[in-house]
Amino acid sequence: MSLVFGVAPALPLHTAGKYVAAAYIVFLALVLVYVAIMATRLSRTERDLAELQRDVALRREEEADRDREPVA
Amino acid sequence: MSIYGRGLRGLALTTVATITVAFTLVFFYAPLDADQGFVQKIFYVHVPLAITALCGFVFGGVLGAMYLRTGERKWDIRSYVAIHMALIFGVGTLITGAIWAKASWGHWWIWSDPTLTSFLIVMLLFATYQPLRFSIEDPERQARYASVFAVVAGAFVPLNFIAVRAAQAYVHPRVLTLAGGNLPGSMRLTFLVSLIGIALLYSTLWKYEMAAKSTRMRVRALRRTLLGDDAVAPLKRSAAPL
Amino acid sequence: MRDERAPGPWRTALTVLRKDLLLELRGFETLPAMVLFALTTFVIFHFGFARDTIDGQLAAGVLTVTLLFAAMLGINRLFVAEREQGGFDAFLLAPVDRTALLVAKALALGVFLVVLEVIAVPAFGLLLLGPSLGSRLPGLIAMLALGDVALAVIGTLVSAIAVQTRARDLIGPIIGLPLLIPALIGMARGLGPVLAAGGSGSPPGKWVAILALYDVVFALLAYAVFDFLLED
Repeated sequence: MSLVFGVAPALPLHTAGKYVAAAYIVFLALVLVYVAIMATRLSRTERDLAELQRDVALRREEEADRDREPVA
Repeated sequence: MSIYGRGLRGLALTTVATITVAFTLVFFYAPLDADQGFVQKIFYVHVPLAITALCGFVFGGVLGAMYLRTGERKWDIRSYVAIHMALIFGVGTLITGAIWAKASWGHWWIWSDPTLTSFLIVMLLFATYQPLRFSIEDPERQARYASVFAVVAGAFVPLNFIAVRAAQAYVHPRVLTLAGGNLPGSMRLTFLVSLIGIALLYSTLWKYEMAAKSTRMRVRALRRTLLGDDAVAPLKRSAAPL
Repeated sequence: MRDERAPGPWRTALTVLRKDLLLELRGFETLPAMVLFALTTFVIFHFGFARDTIDGQLAAGVLTVTLLFAAMLGINRLFVAEREQGGFDAFLLAPVDRTALLVAKALALGVFLVVLEVIAVPAFGLLLLGPSLGSRLPGLIAMLALGDVALAVIGTLVSAIAVQTRARDLIGPIIGLPLLIPALIGMARGLGPVLAAGGSGSPPGKWVAILALYDVVFALLAYAVFDFLLED
C-alpha cells in the first residue's frame, strides 16, 4: 500500500471516530435534505392537481347550468 | 413522454440494500489502515461521491449533446438534472474531503492533493451553469446554450484532471488517495460496493427528480389545455426548466 | 444548395478578421485598454511583493495572470458590436459557413493578444523581471504562442455564449476562468524554468505537451459546438 510518508501519526480512536462520523453524517444529511425538498415539491404538485380538478369540475357545472337555462 | 416513475421503486430498494451492505462492510469488514487508522474510513464515502459526481458531469455533457443533435426538450431537462445532481454530490465530495484533510493532515484544505484541487476547479466551473441558464430568457436559446456549456464543460473534466495531476505529481506525495492498484482485497471489495451503492443513489435521485419535474410539467400542460393559457401562472424564476 | 459564388470559409473568416482589425485601428479602444491594464498591473505587483525584481516561477505566475486578466478585457468586447448593431443577423443571412465567424473572432483575439505581448513582455522585462530576456525569448515565445491559442479559442467561445445573456460581462469571466485553468497551469509552469535566474531558458516538454493537447481538444470542441450558438 503506497501511502504516504510525512503524514501526522494516526489519530486515536475517539477523536478519529468523530471525524468519520461527521463525514458519514454529512452524506446522510445531504440525502435527507433532498428528500425533504422533494416532499415539499410533491405536496405542491398534489395541491395544484387538486385545484385543477376543482376548477375543471366548476367549469363542467357552469356548462351544465347554461345548458339547462330555457332559451326563450 | 417517458414515465420516469416506472422501475423507480426497484431501483430505490436496490440502492438502499447496496448502501447498507457497503456501510456494513466499511465498519465491520474492512481492515484498519496502517497509517491513517480509523480516519481512513472516510475514503469509502468520499471517493465514490467524487467519482459519481465527475461521471455525472460527463453524463450531463452527453445528454446535452443529445439535445443539440435532436432538438427534443426532454434531453435538455435530463442534462439539467444530471448536472444538478452532480453538483450536489460534488458538494458532498468537497465537505467530506475537507473533513478527511482536517483529520489526517490538520488543515481543512490542502493543495497537495491533486484530486481535491481538480475537483474544486470543476465545481467552480459548473457553479456557473445555473447563473448562465437563468440569465437567458428565451427557453429555446437557454436550452441550446446550456447544452453547449454542458458539452464543453463535460469535455473539460478529464483534461483538467490531467493538467492538475501533472502539476502536483512530483512536488508532494499524494496524501489522500490510496494508489489504485495497491489496495488489499478486502478494502477493494468494500470500496467497490460503496462505489456501486453511491452510483445507484445518483441514478435513483436522477430518476426521482425527472419524475417530479415531468409530473409538474404535465400538470401545467393539462391546466393549459383544460382552462386556457391565462390560467397557467408564470414560473417563478424566469425560464427555469421547472 | 451552395451558391457557386459564395466565398469559402477561409475567405469569409479573413474578411471578418479584416473588418475587426480595421475597426480596432480606427477606434482604438480595446487594445490600449488591455496594454494599460497589463502595465499598471505590473506596477501593482511590484508594490504588492515589495521587491525590485522577480524571477523563476514567481515571475512566470505574475506574467501569466496579468496576460490572462488583460485578455478578459478583450474577451468581454469581442462580440459586442455584432450584438448591438445586428452583425449576427447579417452574418446568418449571408450564404457563408457559420464557423468562419468563430475562426475570424479567434484570430482577431489572437492578434490582439500578440500585440499586447509585444508591448507588455518587454515592459515586464524592464520593470519586474530579474534575469535578462534576450536568451530566453525562443522559449518564452513558444509558451506564449501556445497559451494565446488557448486564450483565443476559449475566449471566443465564452464571449459568444456571454453576449446573449443578461449579465454579459459577468458571465464571460466566471465561465472562462475555470475553463482556462489547465491552460494557465501549463503556461505558468512551463514558463517557470524559462524565467529562472540560472535556468536553461527552455520550457519542460511535459508542459508544452499538456498545453498543446489542451489547445487541440478545445479548438476541435469549439469548432463542433459553435454553430449551435449562432442559430436564431
